[in-house]
Amino acid sequence: MSQLGLRILKSVMLLSVLTMTACASIQQTERVATIDPFERVNRAVFSFNETADQYVIKPIAEGYKFVLPEFVRTGVTNFFSNINDVLTGANNLLQGKPVNAVSDIGRFFINSTIGILGLFDVASDMGLEKNREDFGQTLGVWGFSDGPYVVLPLFGASNVRDTVGFVVDVKADFITNTNQLGADEKIAIDSLRIINRRADLLDAGQLIEDAAFDKYSFLRDSYLQRRRNQIYDGYPPPLKDQE
Amino acid sequence: MHSLFIKILFVTQALLLGIGMAQAQDVKTPDGLVKFVVEDVLTVIKNDKAIQSGDFRKINALVDEKILPYSDFQKTTRMSMGRNWSKASPAQQDQITQEFKILLIRIYGGALAQIKDQKMQYKPFRSSPDDTDVIVRTAILGKGDPIQLDYRLEKGANGWKVYDINILGAWLVESYRNQFNDQISKGGIDGLIKFLQDRNTALSTNK
Repeated sequence: MSQLGLRILKSVMLLSVLTMTACASIQQTERVATIDPFERVNRAVFSFNETADQYVIKPIAEGYKFVLPEFVRTGVTNFFSNINDVLTGANNLLQGKPVNAVSDIGRFFINSTIGILGLFDVASDMGLEKNREDFGQTLGVWGFSDGPYVVLPLFGASNVRDTVGFVVDVKADFITNTNQLGADEKIAIDSLRIINRRADLLDAGQLIEDAAFDKYSFLRDSYLQRRRNQIYDGYPPPLKDQE
Repeated sequence: MHSLFIKILFVTQALLLGIGMAQAQDVKTPDGLVKFVVEDVLTVIKNDKAIQSGDFRKINALVDEKILPYSDFQKTTRMSMGRNWSKASPAQQDQITQEFKILLIRIYGGALAQIKDQKMQYKPFRSSPDDTDVIVRTAILGKGDPIQLDYRLEKGANGWKVYDINILGAWLVESYRNQFNDQISKGGIDGLIKFLQDRNTALSTNK
């Protein structure tokens, strides 16, 4: 995510400052107050995101899904996933998991060549499983705690640690750094990445809609658990204070 | 006539034997139990067009018959309610458990019905014989990333029972804890029950 991403991130920074000055006056339990001290602002950003999604992003994603056959969309997903394997590999190295890093880089070479620029994920068929690592997880492995929960404009659920991680990932991204592409092309590619990702999530959307009593807190609690699970690669130690 | 009788006899015997063998598969260990239930349910889904098209009554019957005997749904609800559980009368507790169960079947039944080409992967299971609370890890393999799906089981008087599931890294009980708490602090136990009933009614008319 390049120009577009960075521009949006600047507004995120601005919003964070606003967040610090706003005082949360929502009735919160003690536990929620620790994980989500900026709930009021977060909820405002969340409803902005919901509106943007409802009127702009989701309709585009639906059109995209309607127009393009499944194998094309799979190709797009694979293409971005392949670029991402390099970042995943780098993060695995930073987390002290060289074996996984070798596998990620192996995936990248196989899929970039035999898999025709990453359009086909042949490495998975060969048994090299896809890992998902990002700099937010690396920071977590290094011992940084979540920090308060944050809802980023357009990008959604995050926390302070993962926002920092996200900025680093965007800075390190291939599309951001290549000089083969002009600014407009970068924006176009990032838009495609976002729309394609949204299209992949269309089916899950209704499920969350039905499952949540309050969508905001349901997504927050699921996000924080999921990130913790990722940091510990699926084996998080049990949380204290379960009751 | 005679041969027909013998055929029927053979077939019934084979069927009984088949059922006997399925039962004999190791449901005494938590990982054996999960595998048995999952495979059993998947076989039914793959051969039932009505379930695949999302027929709620049939999905409900499937859950009642194949999944409920091996799950402790009251414990799921109790843990999701946390401290608030004791504020509800036994009758209310039953009602909440019932409504929550219907809601979850409505939500996940749809997802369950869409399982077609996916394969289940059972992760290696480690536990010591005196464990009474364990996690069995599986993943759904299909297009795209594998979907993590873990089961948490407790050993009770009637054997192992599932009481929590983890989808993509988030435990059901943990995800619902604040959801229940918020509803109760807004409208009390009665408010929660009404909320669950309304949600279930809305979901049943939508689909």
